[in-house]
Amino acid sequence: MSLLTVKNLQQYFPVRGGVLHRAVASCKAVDGVSISLGESETLGLVGESGCGKTTLGKAIVRLLKPTSGSIEFDGHDITRVSTGALRPMRRHLQMIFQDPAESLNPRHTVRDILEEPFIVQKIGTKDERRQWVVKLLDKVGLSASVMDRFPFEFSGGQRQRIGIARAIALKPKLIVCDEPVSALDVSVQSQVLNLLLDLQREMGLSYLFIAHGLNVVKHMSDRVAVMYLGKIVELAPAVDLYQNPRHAYTKALLDAIPIADPTQRRERQLLRGDVPSPINPPAGCAFGHRMKHPKWKESVSMDLTLQEVAPGHWVQPCPCCT
Amino acid sequence: MTAASSSILEVRDLVTAFDTDAGRMTAVDGISFNVPQGKTLGIVGESGCGKSVTAFSITRLLPQPHGKILGGSIRFNGQDLVQVPIDEMQKIRGNEISMIFQEPMTALNPVQTVGRQLAEAILLHSGCSKAEVLASSIEMMKKVRIPEPEQRLSEYPHQLSGGMRQRVMIAMALINKPKLLIADEPTTALDVTVQAQILELIADLQKEMGMSVILITHDLGVIAQVCDEVAVMYAGRLVEQAGVFDLFARPRHAYTQGLLESIPRLDSTPKTKLKAIQGNVPGIADFKPGCRFADRSGREHTEAQLNTRPPFVEIAPNHRAENCPVCVA
Repeated sequence: MSLLTVKNLQQYFPVRGGVLHRAVASCKAVDGVSISLGESETLGLVGESGCGKTTLGKAIVRLLKPTSGSIEFDGHDITRVSTGALRPMRRHLQMIFQDPAESLNPRHTVRDILEEPFIVQKIGTKDERRQWVVKLLDKVGLSASVMDRFPFEFSGGQRQRIGIARAIALKPKLIVCDEPVSALDVSVQSQVLNLLLDLQREMGLSYLFIAHGLNVVKHMSDRVAVMYLGKIVELAPAVDLYQNPRHAYTKALLDAIPIADPTQRRERQLLRGDVPSPINPPAGCAFGHRMKHPKWKESVSMDLTLQEVAPGHWVQPCPCCT
Repeated sequence: MTAASSSILEVRDLVTAFDTDAGRMTAVDGISFNVPQGKTLGIVGESGCGKSVTAFSITRLLPQPHGKILGGSIRFNGQDLVQVPIDEMQKIRGNEISMIFQEPMTALNPVQTVGRQLAEAILLHSGCSKAEVLASSIEMMKKVRIPEPEQRLSEYPHQLSGGMRQRVMIAMALINKPKLLIADEPTTALDVTVQAQILELIADLQKEMGMSVILITHDLGVIAQVCDEVAVMYAGRLVEQAGVFDLFARPRHAYTQGLLESIPRLDSTPKTKLKAIQGNVPGIADFKPGCRFADRSGREHTEAQLNTRPPFVEIAPNHRAENCPVCVA
């Protein structure tokens, strides 16, 4: 049974304008996404900036109120649950953010930051919490002596370790990792990725791993979903996706990766244009529309629900891109 | 090293420091390299290694009054840019040496139209008429493949996408046909798909105009795809320099090896452990006199190796490295 099941999730934001500040349009950041995630599994999520991957992550941990659709987590429907009713569930549903400098309170010491989850959930005595904090620091590779320091005293990689320690404090089942290494130096990125892999093995965590670096996503994931303009266009086992991409957008993304090997230089099929705005997105296949594909018109009247083309390999069935 | 006559820029023993409340901080600590004529030199390194400070030293754009070039020379076109008076430098900058920056939104003026900013770049270095300025602006906008250039000229930077803004930056940098372009992380703020477009654009224009390029980046993938020569910087110094094929096939310094091994590759097995460099990038206040990679190399260094700077020498044909006997095997 899967731990997380998201069905046809939509997350719209009103665009306000005019003198009365009324909603004049809506920004369709996430527009009908269905995914599922099993225990100890990592689902990678890639796409260009503005495609809605962060919004999807935030909606899943319910930092947002979804517009429609459903999110089922660990057997409970959490789509419309109130904040109070959600609190016991939050233990199992955590998030790691891109910029550790901005997601740690600068006026709190490491101890305050790591004790807070326990205090919010009303778990343990003062002494117990202290011991747990020491254990957490050890788990993420920091010494207990840093407990009374403030976030600014750490390097980026160490700060991200603190962010990870906070996320695993309550032994969650699912962690949404939103670009966890893109703000870090290259030599430190692999340390943090290794830590995430170790913790997953040790604690049986599931990850929704969001990133724009495709080589990183491939390395971390069991399955990968490719998102374009609020929709998933392809979803497949990691190796399969990279070896046999079916959708034109996935192919274009893969083609654009600069490979760190000068003997593998190649002529690229460059993508034209930019990601269109999610306010009033084009009908049908948005990528076919961007590429001005002659068959794009056919996709407008079609049902673009993902179809399974090989075991576990799902792709949007538009005539222009597949 | 290539013969001196075929280099457009020769940097020798460059030392750049900043005066701060905590004392003098040496950000670039005696580095030497050449930029071959018509080729691309990549400078790769992590944050705080001094790669951007090197670029700002060459263009003499160091923040004043704190940033100073304390020693060394930068030979360009028979002149030493370190000694050139600042008003003379203004004639060179934007004309013979141009620079593009990481974040085009902060490098462009938000309250002036694209056309006006392009015109400024032309007018500063020539006495063209209005019609000539407009004609060459439009021509340049076409060269950087901006659609509807006439209309774009009257727009403001915020009306353009990130990729378009970087194209405008490139148009401004290249409009006076410079001999040397310094691109400081030109694609870091962009998506991979747009990055590929911009890198190809720079390479095409380089071929067409015959200019030399210094490309500064932290991304070894970008280096591998577009550079001819690579210089690896660590903690204010060059640790290794070689031709791109040589460097990726036979990295000699432990830091270069560690960097190359730590990147997740597309052909690696998912969810296996990556090789990692231990520890963190040192801050400028913690720079050591001897081998600066010693504490992260995982290899034992003697007291003398920690205290004396290893020489930067040729260790193989056209392959130079900071020759720490422990880190260079």
